[in-house]
Amino acid sequence: MQFPESWLRALVNPPLSTEELCHLLTMAGLEVEECRPASADFSDVVVARVLSVEKHPDADKLKLCSVDTGEHGILQIVCGAPNAAAGMVVPCALVGAKLPGIEIKQAKVRGIESRGMLCSARELGLSEDHGGLLALPADAPIGQNIRGYLKLDDNLITLKLTPNRADCLSLTGIAREVAALTGAPLLLPTIDPVTPVLADVRGIILDAPAACPRYCGRIVRGVNARAATPDWMKQRIERCGVRAISALVDVTNYVMLELGQPLHAFDDAQLQGSIHVRYPTVGEQMLLLNEQTVTPTADTALIADEAKSLALAGIMGGEHSGINAATTELFLESAFFAPDAIAGKARALGFSSDASYRYERGVDFELQRTAIERATQLIIDICGGTPGPVVEALAADQLPTRAPVHLRMARATKVLGIDLGFAQIEKLIAGLGFAYTRTADELIVTPPAYRFDIAIEEDLIEEIARLHGYDNIPAPPPTARLEMLPLPEARRGVMQARRLLAERGYHEVVNYSFVDADWEADFAGNAQPVRLANPIASQMGVMRSTLIGGLVGALAGNLKRQADRVRLFEVGRCFLPAFQPDATRDSGGGQDGTGYHQPLRIAALAAGPAWPEQWGAPARPADFFDVKGELEAIFAPRRLRFERTSHPALHPGRAASLWLDGEPIGVVGEIHPRWHQKYELAAPAVVFEIDLAPFLAAPFPAYQEPSRFPAVVRDIALILPQQCAVAALQEALLAAAPTYVREIRLFDLYQGKGIAPDAKSLAFRVTMQDTQKTLADHDADAAVAQLVQTATEQFGAQLRK
Amino acid sequence: MNNLEKLIAQATADFSAANEIPRLEEVKAAYLGKEGSLTALLKGLGKLPPEERKAAGANINSAKAQVESLLTERREALRNAQLEAQLQASALDVTLPGRGPSRGSLHPVMRTLDRIEQLFRSIGFAVADGPEIETDWHNFTALNTPGNHPARSMHDTFYLLDAAGQVREDVLLRTHTSPVQIRTMLAHAEQYRHLDSMPEIRVICPGRVYRVDSDATHSPMFHQVEGLWVGENVSFADLKGVVADFLRRFFESDDLKVRFRPSFFPFTEPSAEIDVAFMHGPMEGRWLEIAGCGMVHPNVLRCGGIDPEKYTGFAFGFGPDRLTMLRYGINDLRLFFDGDLRFLSQFQ
Repeated sequence: MQFPESWLRALVNPPLSTEELCHLLTMAGLEVEECRPASADFSDVVVARVLSVEKHPDADKLKLCSVDTGEHGILQIVCGAPNAAAGMVVPCALVGAKLPGIEIKQAKVRGIESRGMLCSARELGLSEDHGGLLALPADAPIGQNIRGYLKLDDNLITLKLTPNRADCLSLTGIAREVAALTGAPLLLPTIDPVTPVLADVRGIILDAPAACPRYCGRIVRGVNARAATPDWMKQRIERCGVRAISALVDVTNYVMLELGQPLHAFDDAQLQGSIHVRYPTVGEQMLLLNEQTVTPTADTALIADEAKSLALAGIMGGEHSGINAATTELFLESAFFAPDAIAGKARALGFSSDASYRYERGVDFELQRTAIERATQLIIDICGGTPGPVVEALAADQLPTRAPVHLRMARATKVLGIDLGFAQIEKLIAGLGFAYTRTADELIVTPPAYRFDIAIEEDLIEEIARLHGYDNIPAPPPTARLEMLPLPEARRGVMQARRLLAERGYHEVVNYSFVDADWEADFAGNAQPVRLANPIASQMGVMRSTLIGGLVGALAGNLKRQADRVRLFEVGRCFLPAFQPDATRDSGGGQDGTGYHQPLRIAALAAGPAWPEQWGAPARPADFFDVKGELEAIFAPRRLRFERTSHPALHPGRAASLWLDGEPIGVVGEIHPRWHQKYELAAPAVVFEIDLAPFLAAPFPAYQEPSRFPAVVRDIALILPQQCAVAALQEALLAAAPTYVREIRLFDLYQGKGIAPDAKSLAFRVTMQDTQKTLADHDADAAVAQLVQTATEQFGAQLRK
Repeated sequence: MNNLEKLIAQATADFSAANEIPRLEEVKAAYLGKEGSLTALLKGLGKLPPEERKAAGANINSAKAQVESLLTERREALRNAQLEAQLQASALDVTLPGRGPSRGSLHPVMRTLDRIEQLFRSIGFAVADGPEIETDWHNFTALNTPGNHPARSMHDTFYLLDAAGQVREDVLLRTHTSPVQIRTMLAHAEQYRHLDSMPEIRVICPGRVYRVDSDATHSPMFHQVEGLWVGENVSFADLKGVVADFLRRFFESDDLKVRFRPSFFPFTEPSAEIDVAFMHGPMEGRWLEIAGCGMVHPNVLRCGGIDPEKYTGFAFGFGPDRLTMLRYGINDLRLFFDGDLRFLSQFQ
């Protein structure tokens, strides 16, 4: 809502500067989004009359003007404007005047003295019109400063109104608010009923009373639609950001801006019979003023006569029933349409109108008669004409109700946290002009018809807090019972997961939850991802079921930016329809009533050198085992189990599923080479993706007393078939070993010279230690023999000599 | 100078001339070895008359002790010199870079969320979480946002298609973290249903939210952190106190100006926007909109299973993306979602 400060001050004029007034409005909840001067800054421009115009002797396109500037004398000015003519009244910038961008000096123009400048609208920053001099009315007072004459010393204030404050979509509403806030008197124009001259009426029938409980109509005959809108009115509506069109349209807009009541003017000559407010017939179409043909939905009320539809009620008029320059017979509409009947309708048709904007938020349902009288008077004053009587159709039982709201003093104190006192609260409510009665400890308030946001006690509490000033409510540190929050030791937070990975060299990214459908197909094998109905772009059309796509995308972006070593991770949700078998991996959703599984996952990617390039360490690319090592480290002391697996995103020979306590929790592997070209990856990248929930469960430490006896260490080297999985062998060895074997650690893997091509040599270091005694050589020998036997029998191993 | 004195002088000169320990040991033999001169003198004592033997023996032993002491001294000096030379030879260029892996970084918005969590934990707020595909009921209806409210239009909200390609009206991508309020209240009310008076709810709910909006200052996905405190005596003054305290702690600035401005949200009444103004820096003196807040609307409490007559509460919603931008002077929201290591690695 934009309006000129001068119009507001004509209705209420508190002793506040512009800045103070804006602050007052903002702090009352009518946020001032912008306050700017109504015109560009300039000085020393006066109203002047052109007395004579002669040709410049040395320039074809220049003219010599003799100009009367009143007290500033008669001046000779050189001017290039095509419309300069004797008798014209124009703005004249005097010598010394400062205009936007220039300062006027006495000068010679092609040898002729020029003592000022005659101005176009654009030169004064009033509009973009540069076609010629700005023509002022012939009766403009010669010599008067143009800023005063055109009332340019004004400010345009724009309010960013919240949807509950439809009552402030008019100057009257804003003025009422300022009066309540400051106590300054409200100087609203008196609006008297216009005495009907004609008896002519048009019947009004409310066929859709829920949508339109009140409709006032009036005929005005013999109007001059070509009459000029007075400058004061034109200026006011233009400064509200509404284009001046013609006197009749301007009046309806003026009254809407002044009072908040949208009006519509029909060409009465086009109407047949009574006016009906009704719902459309099946398939009924309408051509609107904006030249759009629409098929209104069954619950969209129409204004119609007995032959045709005329307008979408409260939204927009029809093309064929509107007024134009030739109109002489007028039918004025001033109606109340219910917010629910209008809400969303214009938006569904793809536009918005001033009327629908107001109706869907709520128009004062007692204002219709006042508004039609105001408009009638202005039309008669400007366009002439003779009015008929106002016909009002009313479905009183369908009007909004205003149930009394009880405001208990104790409740106000409880909610606000301060006791304002009964007298103060009563004063604030009275200042709003709300009707109320009082009891010993409460006010019973009946909200006015113009407020659609006062239904419960809290609404009134907000009103008193607002008027008292939110700033004047103290902000003490709150008091509460000091109770410690639980801190389960066997749980870690998401932030700890993030920190662990960051400490290990990974940079956290936040990728969009909606991705390209290709990513889902390529990295999750998901041909039926959860689709968005209204994505902002097709490559953000589906919800991700894996974090891998986003990481690969971020890797590609960084490679383009010349990064050679990329380590990334993300913590985020994935989205799966509940029926997918992957629901077994669910760790967050499922029980939330949405029908989707939305597990939080953590995924990381490493590409490029294992370590940052440095002088003391040989460079080698990060591989599967680097990333596997990260997983083992962040899960320690719990042990993960890795099994060969196949996964659409991953290299078939370099992919493993992760198991923890017998449950699958994720995957790790190298990105499948087939995606290298498509996703512009130069080198292998290794990723893991796991559910967050199992990570967050950290075991409570299980303590064992350290042994006081020395440990015995033996190494065993075994030759095994190439395809033998180390983890299986190691598990079997541990199972077969005597209890005093503490650890069997692989410390070397060798393939090559001296070993058959389809075999590998594994070297294990076996650590033995008893808690009760020092182990003897024969204990260690027995254990080693047992291990070798197990390896030989179960895995076909040979002891390497 | 007698013979013994000459011998000591000669030993001193010989020891000094020996520049390495093996050489010194050779020289030592000439004095103290089996054939050494001092050994010979001692052996010769027997040939002296008995009355001279005692004095001569004492003199020779004294000379021997002196020679041994000279030898030890010289040996020590040579060892020190040797060690010194070894140490010199093994000196490093200590200015060479250290070896090892590098550190990664937390996303700047997560740093912010971490700080927010810690600050609110310090006054007893727990952290709650909720789904991002949310039901229409939790996201709108339960939050007192009626069916035709502009916020529910396709214009702002991402909707989903069902398996048959039809728009689902019952679920959506949550447009704010406020539905977590409802989930928290319902769970809390259920947990303490058997009590006359339930303990307070104090939670914050950080997370991702979604709106159909994308330009330099809007991202279709962004973060919010919701706060909720419900109890028997929680007031608007408490809300102001908590939020003002939080902002000063978060920005580590006591001269931060904070103001509460009446506003409108369907789910709070009274409602406020929170503005801050910094007293220093590039944003000095400008009021910046930073959060929405208010007293939880009675209808919302009811939807959360809580009696609004007995309990009151406040809720607030901050934009951690904006807080992060203000705190670190980041000027482009899109940097947060770009995955650019040159940006991210600055937040180690």
